[in-house]
Amino acid sequence: MAQFTLATPVTEHDMRQLRVGDSVSLNGVIFGIRDATQRRIFDDGVAPPVDLHGAICLHTAPNVKKEDGRYVPVCIGTTTSTRMERFTPGLIEQYGVRGIVGKAGLGEGSARAMQRYGACYLAIVGGAAALETTQIEAIEAVYWEDLMPECIWQLRVNMLGPLTVAIDAHGGNLYEQVREDAAKRMRDVYRELGLE
Amino acid sequence: MGQIDYGQVQRTASDLYVRALKLIPPDVTAAIERALEHETKSGARDILQTILKNVRVALDRNLMVCQDTGIPIYKVKIGSNVSVDGTKLEAAIRAGCADACVTHPFRSSICDPLTRQNRPDSTGDHIPVVDFSFAADLDGIEIRMMPKGSGSENMTWMKMLLPADGVKGVKKFVLDCVLRAGGQGCTPSLIGIGVGGTAELAVKLAKEALFRPIGRPHPDERIAALERELLDAINRSGIGPMGLGGDTTSLGVHIETADTHITMNPVAVNSQCWRSERASAHMYADGRIEFGY
Repeated sequence: MAQFTLATPVTEHDMRQLRVGDSVSLNGVIFGIRDATQRRIFDDGVAPPVDLHGAICLHTAPNVKKEDGRYVPVCIGTTTSTRMERFTPGLIEQYGVRGIVGKAGLGEGSARAMQRYGACYLAIVGGAAALETTQIEAIEAVYWEDLMPECIWQLRVNMLGPLTVAIDAHGGNLYEQVREDAAKRMRDVYRELGLE
Repeated sequence: MGQIDYGQVQRTASDLYVRALKLIPPDVTAAIERALEHETKSGARDILQTILKNVRVALDRNLMVCQDTGIPIYKVKIGSNVSVDGTKLEAAIRAGCADACVTHPFRSSICDPLTRQNRPDSTGDHIPVVDFSFAADLDGIEIRMMPKGSGSENMTWMKMLLPADGVKGVKKFVLDCVLRAGGQGCTPSLIGIGVGGTAELAVKLAKEALFRPIGRPHPDERIAALERELLDAINRSGIGPMGLGGDTTSLGVHIETADTHITMNPVAVNSQCWRSERASAHMYADGRIEFGY
């Protein structure tokens, strides 16, 4: 299990070198997106107003406040990615996104797109938003403010992480491995408890 | 007969919401520390350490532990030595809930269920959820608050089993649900289980079970034994923190029961994320107030 520090925007090479179980920290700019953001992109067919090639996206809807006309973070954490499955292959294929930071993982469609185009799913520790907030240096820009709080958030991060590579660009999927292993282990447990 | 100061209730309802979002109960931190001592997988150990670091950062910098401000739930228990106007009491709690959201400020997570339009202050139709109960031996009133996070609340299941399915049916249903959820809902989780009653009472008991401090078994040894058996079974799955593998899938299993109908066998599972957010306040009839978890 190797450790990596990556600067955004990332390249295909950056992502292809990562393997399931590796640990990653991120520097640079990342983009916060969520359900409503992606419904607008894919269901309403509106292209995002920023270039997402090589981008890392974070599944979030931050708590913010306005000071002197600018948004500052109150608490920025990560939401469950599984709800965003149907949008993610499109983000990778059409808009060049190379990484998703989220929790709970994504489905097969996203995993296939990641393998094909060279992208990864980076699992953050869910609920650890206090730490995450201290790793976000600034909210640089906010697009689609009418979707508050599900806008596109341009965030400058300093050593965001630790993130675990949970789906890599080589077909590796840590969630799948754990699920298959759990199913095997539980066959014994169910037998012992007489639940078959 | 003591009089309720509704202004104090409103301030307390507000304080409880903020406390629950920032202060992790000591029993929860202790349970995570115990899990770290026993965890054998290095990835899982890293996650548990990050969780503990996050709890400290939140405390040191006065930050919210998680960004999810949840669905606010208030459970109010009223003693017999206070005189209460129920409508004023409920209004004060609702107003305190909104105060917390607007003055802190933090994100309102509440929306209309059909239009999905966001409500501005963490309140809405039937929200906050406010439950009232009564206790003859209670001095004053007790308010318990839980800003229930959606990631874990989405991991909720209910089934009307057959009486012939028995306790085995209950065990199988619980394990099937928890395993299907994997790491969703931010494991290591606390699993609340309601057995018996009506359909809605079973779900309510499952939620009530989440208010109990981790490490405090059910006083009925038969139920406590079932709690231990299910916790052991869940942790043998290897799902681990965040579903990324490890020995620590759940920190506790809590069961609450009610009698039921001879032809019914209801069971409900309501899961809670690792932070197990909750806060409580005891407002005595003489005006003193004590905060806890």
